[in-house]
Amino acid sequence: MADTPTDPDVRLRMFSQPRFLAAVRALVGTMAQRLGFNEMQCGQVSLAVDEALCNVITHGYERRPDGQLWINLWALEGEPTGLKIVIEDLAIQVDPADIQPRDLDDIRPGGLGVHIIREVMDEVSWERRSPKGMRLTMIKRLQSAVDSRQSDSQTSKEQRVEK
Amino acid sequence: MSKAEELDIQTEEITDGVILRPTGEIDLSCASMLRQRLSKVQEGKPSRLIIDLSAVPYMDSSGVATLVEAMQIARRNGSKLVLCALQDKVLAIFEIARLDMVFKIVDSVEEAAAV
Repeated sequence: MADTPTDPDVRLRMFSQPRFLAAVRALVGTMAQRLGFNEMQCGQVSLAVDEALCNVITHGYERRPDGQLWINLWALEGEPTGLKIVIEDLAIQVDPADIQPRDLDDIRPGGLGVHIIREVMDEVSWERRSPKGMRLTMIKRLQSAVDSRQSDSQTSKEQRVEK
Repeated sequence: MSKAEELDIQTEEITDGVILRPTGEIDLSCASMLRQRLSKVQEGKPSRLIIDLSAVPYMDSSGVATLVEAMQIARRNGSKLVLCALQDKVLAIFEIARLDMVFKIVDSVEEAAAV
């Protein structure tokens, strides 16, 4: 993970209530936009944050509405520039090794969040906080491999039209 | 919509089924509303269920999960479930989850009615 100053450029606290997700998405998407990410990438970064928060709300706090989450954002300098996002909570701790994407061939509702986060972000890691809670660190860099997803996306759309 | 987290969902009966038209962002705050409405519509076992997503600018995995559940119910019922008019960002999540080839996805309601 890239070295970053101790204090985040933006720090936001939210309670574990899904009704606040849209506000966090808007903040993260806007910051990504100001850092130079294109519209699709901004949407992907917001989606990753949304999925991470949903996981904490649903599994970490088991839908309790009074849990706290902190969303920390850093604008990364250097080459390439990017956005670092750290989400912290005081929820149930789990072994980071147990946080794995599920088999996508098993078509069923739910369990897609970890897969989505890993797909759209360039670096992802979970760790236990001390003395409680979890910390998720995610980095998205400009000109990342996700650019290729756009061309893949366009190709698959064209293929669907041709079907 | 009386509250920001509420999703507006219109339904329209067609000759051989139902068109469902949600309007708004679909995330964890409102996916249950979509699930309830889908469940109610699917109780009638329509032979065709078209979900028009043209007015849905954002969907997270809770929305996708709801649609996967609806697809499974449709298969059990022998119904045809078709998604149409997905915006690029919404289509992207289906692609990331590799569900774009699992669902029947078309560009318009007219196309969905003819599938």
